Amino acid sequence: MAKQLHPTPMLDQLESGPWPSFVTGLKRLAKDKDYVVDLLGHLEHSYETRKGYWKGGTVGVFGYGGGVIPRFTEIKDEKTGQPVFKDAAEFHTLRIMPPPGMHYDTATLRKFCDIWEKYGSGLIALHGQSGDIMFQGCTTENVQPAWDEINEMGFDMGGAGPAVRTAMSCVGAARCEQSCYDEAKAHQKIINNFLDDIHRPALPYKFKFKFSGCGNDCMNAIQRADMAVIGTWRDNMKTDDELGKKWFAKHGMNELINDVVNMCPTRALQVKDSKDVRKDAHISAVAINDTQSLEIDNKDCVRCMHCINVMTGALGPGKDKGATILVGGHGHLKIGATLGTVVVPFMELKTEEDYDKLVELAQNIVDFFAENALEHERTGEMIERIGLVNFLEGIGLDPDANMVNCPRSNPYIRTDGWDEEVARINAKKKAAA
Amino acid sequence: MAQPQMRKPVEYFLDNKKFLHPKLAANYGNWKYHDRPRPGVLHHVSNTGDEVWTVRAGTQRQMDVHTIRLLCDIADQYAEGRVRFTIRSNIEYIVSDEKKVAPLIEALEKNGFPVGGTGNSVSMVAHTQGWLHCDIPGTDASGVVKSMMDALFEDFKKEEMPNRVRLSTSCCEINCGGQADIAVIIQHTKPPKINHDLVANVCERPAVVARCPVAAIRPALVNGKPSLEVDEKKCVCCGACYPPCPPMQINDPEHSKLAIWVGGKNSNARSKPSFHKLVAAGLPNNPPRWPEVNAIVKKILDTYKADARPWERMADWIERIGWPRFFEKTGLPFTKYMIDDWRGSRYNLNASNHVRF
Repeated sequence: MAKQLHPTPMLDQLESGPWPSFVTGLKRLAKDKDYVVDLLGHLEHSYETRKGYWKGGTVGVFGYGGGVIPRFTEIKDEKTGQPVFKDAAEFHTLRIMPPPGMHYDTATLRKFCDIWEKYGSGLIALHGQSGDIMFQGCTTENVQPAWDEINEMGFDMGGAGPAVRTAMSCVGAARCEQSCYDEAKAHQKIINNFLDDIHRPALPYKFKFKFSGCGNDCMNAIQRADMAVIGTWRDNMKTDDELGKKWFAKHGMNELINDVVNMCPTRALQVKDSKDVRKDAHISAVAINDTQSLEIDNKDCVRCMHCINVMTGALGPGKDKGATILVGGHGHLKIGATLGTVVVPFMELKTEEDYDKLVELAQNIVDFFAENALEHERTGEMIERIGLVNFLEGIGLDPDANMVNCPRSNPYIRTDGWDEEVARINAKKKAAA
Repeated sequence: MAQPQMRKPVEYFLDNKKFLHPKLAANYGNWKYHDRPRPGVLHHVSNTGDEVWTVRAGTQRQMDVHTIRLLCDIADQYAEGRVRFTIRSNIEYIVSDEKKVAPLIEALEKNGFPVGGTGNSVSMVAHTQGWLHCDIPGTDASGVVKSMMDALFEDFKKEEMPNRVRLSTSCCEINCGGQADIAVIIQHTKPPKINHDLVANVCERPAVVARCPVAAIRPALVNGKPSLEVDEKKCVCCGACYPPCPPMQINDPEHSKLAIWVGGKNSNARSKPSFHKLVAAGLPNNPPRWPEVNAIVKKILDTYKADARPWERMADWIERIGWPRFFEKTGLPFTKYMIDDWRGSRYNLNASNHVRF
């Protein structure tokens, strides 16, 4: 039995209503832990005064320079300077990297619970916006033993501060027919390559990887990742006549026209009599009934995923799969939010060597970032400052028209290297032919 | 001096193979299609003919160990012991037998975990840390999310929106919650209040000066002590100086307001990914249930639900009807604060005579 609860009239109001209540969960923990009794008091104080009261500091584990988020209370008695909520005076978080795709068996989750009940507050967030399992609420003293037991289970600590950060990957190949590469494999290979940069922060600022299996980008990679790996394919869309007819029988022509054909962003779709479907190599078609088909011009298609999302199974990604690599997504500070932009339009991801090349590219990009970014500057901000061309030259990638929405519209550029550049491109084309 | 023997960490990032449901492992990369038999349930079919059903349920994300054990008990008793979590903190149970779906749903709902969040529903809010754990929060996260999801409970459980709806909340302008169809974000309205007694000891002043996006901070001597001063006419109240320099207090119970942004989209489906746009600000930071914020979120969602066509995300819908009609239909005022003046702002102005009447 723990000590008596502080009155929490505001938090109590968050116990009503149908959605699962974190307050009810905290109160359950508070039955056994003075730590959580004081945490509830601390949080109620924030609700009353509308301010936060945790400050950072330095807490870590042996061998690592990051991964623990230290929190010390700032609610102090004015006379004595002592914490008002003394049992929750320290409330550190351990960031632990989840398995790719965030799959678990119950034995693992139960073991997490046992460890965190023993050493911590008993509060676990699955998962933080960083992608980590957040073991929330631990005293300085208990950080090391809790970490030792979690690490013994086979889990490693995530990133914090100016480091390579914990990555995230979608459910992908494990349970999704839209998956265009082995997201978990890419995730694991990249993270294992950067463990030192995760655990010993020494970069200008954070660097994040995210892995989404298709353009639906369930991991929000384009927005959140410094290097986003987003699945795509080069060949024709896969079609299945049986499932196409099944879809059409259920949904009909109005939905096919309004929800599929008209919503294609590049007008790559047309409904045709099956006998009139073009025979070119880049055309694919799915039958919708015995006489009509949906024709896809795969040269016009940008692999946005819309028609595939609507007619799942009838349409699907092709066989020649891989990923587009985008660089420079980040949140607002300092220059305003940026989305990642294309630096590799297509990278084949089939063989072990393909994945090694992905790791090599990631290493090049992180090395360039480490050398060239200013302190507290994200990759996207660095590229904004130096220009995409300088970045591409720095990491040894050739410019490609897929990297832009359109060529420049202003004349403020020196072009006295034009002839040499054209000669270089032509020589390269010739060598590749 | 003898040091205690410290354990060296084992540095290795594990793969997920041992955690996969056996049917997911067996059909890895070999799925054919999926459908949704009902809201909250996905049915995947593999090229080998194998089938799995996934039941998705909402959680509070910040979970006590008792809740996690309860979720595990349900997994062991009604499912097959394997679960996963989505990016929005929903739990997914994977089963290989359709007969298990209904009892599993019943067990989840009986224990207070709503089944839903799939397809064109309103899924769980992307959730940050807030007053519970963050060192710079202007507001709470868990409480905002709880009150929003209470209000949108039925929209989580049903698939009645034109397309999927993704929400986020952020407790400061750093926007950890991320881009979303509707995002609720703290918007400070006053420059930081500086405690000049502490700056010299706590803050690395050149780093703080460098952090300001509008170069409004400069070193200064205040009362004979080295400190920093803010050009309040330049200051955009973003709060970027506060994390590296806590004596520059930006959070204010009265003047840290909430703003609402709409039309953010990470997916490439149809239109390219887009940022959310400001549609309301000046809302009070009003715990424990933030009713003013919830009322506007609900109003926007109701308008979208009534007016958007099937498969139009929030951004697609507004693209079609135009911003003037968005403001007209939602009853929200369009103000001068919505006209962008940051870098690249000219691309957000209407350089055409495309005007809807």
